[in-house]
Amino acid sequence: MPMPASEIERLIKASIPDAEVVIRDLAGDGDHYAARVVSRSFEGMSRIKQHQAVYAALGGRVGGELHALQLETAVPQSEINQ
Amino acid sequence: MSDAQSRIADLVRSNDVVLFMKGTALFPQCGFSSRAVAILDRLGANYETVDVLQDPEVRAGIKEFSDWPTIPQLYVKGEFVGGSDIMMEMFESGELQQLLGAEA
Repeated sequence: MPMPASEIERLIKASIPDAEVVIRDLAGDGDHYAARVVSRSFEGMSRIKQHQAVYAALGGRVGGELHALQLETAVPQSEINQ
Repeated sequence: MSDAQSRIADLVRSNDVVLFMKGTALFPQCGFSSRAVAILDRLGANYETVDVLQDPEVRAGIKEFSDWPTIPQLYVKGEFVGGSDIMMEMFESGELQQLLGAEA
């Protein structure tokens, strides 16, 4: 079932308030997305934990309602350089 | 532990590098699984695959096993490494070569 990009962004920000979220609709069908999520809260977390935090924010939709979400997570660059 | 969970634990324990995927290495049934296979082949890794489409219990159970909602999933030496996005990031940074180089 298609899900608008704005809804994905809203859900991620509801649970990770400082997140910078960039979403691309890969196929233009509202069903295959790539998301880049940058948040200070990811600092010190493994990649697996960072992705799990985003999946948790999306509340079980990934792998179900939201079939394809290519995900990239990162800590803001300024944090790394400090 | 349920039957599916113990079967998954066995698979992960008994194979140094194992990819749970949709389809087979020759005929992946999903773009993400296809990408995961391509990465492992590119690295010349020796790996086993488990086709979750042939086994509904494993397909559901693997998500619970790792607290990870999607397939493919890569395990190296009993440790969950990640899905295809993490594999790609680790491939690009050289970490996956390192991880597999020591094992393969």
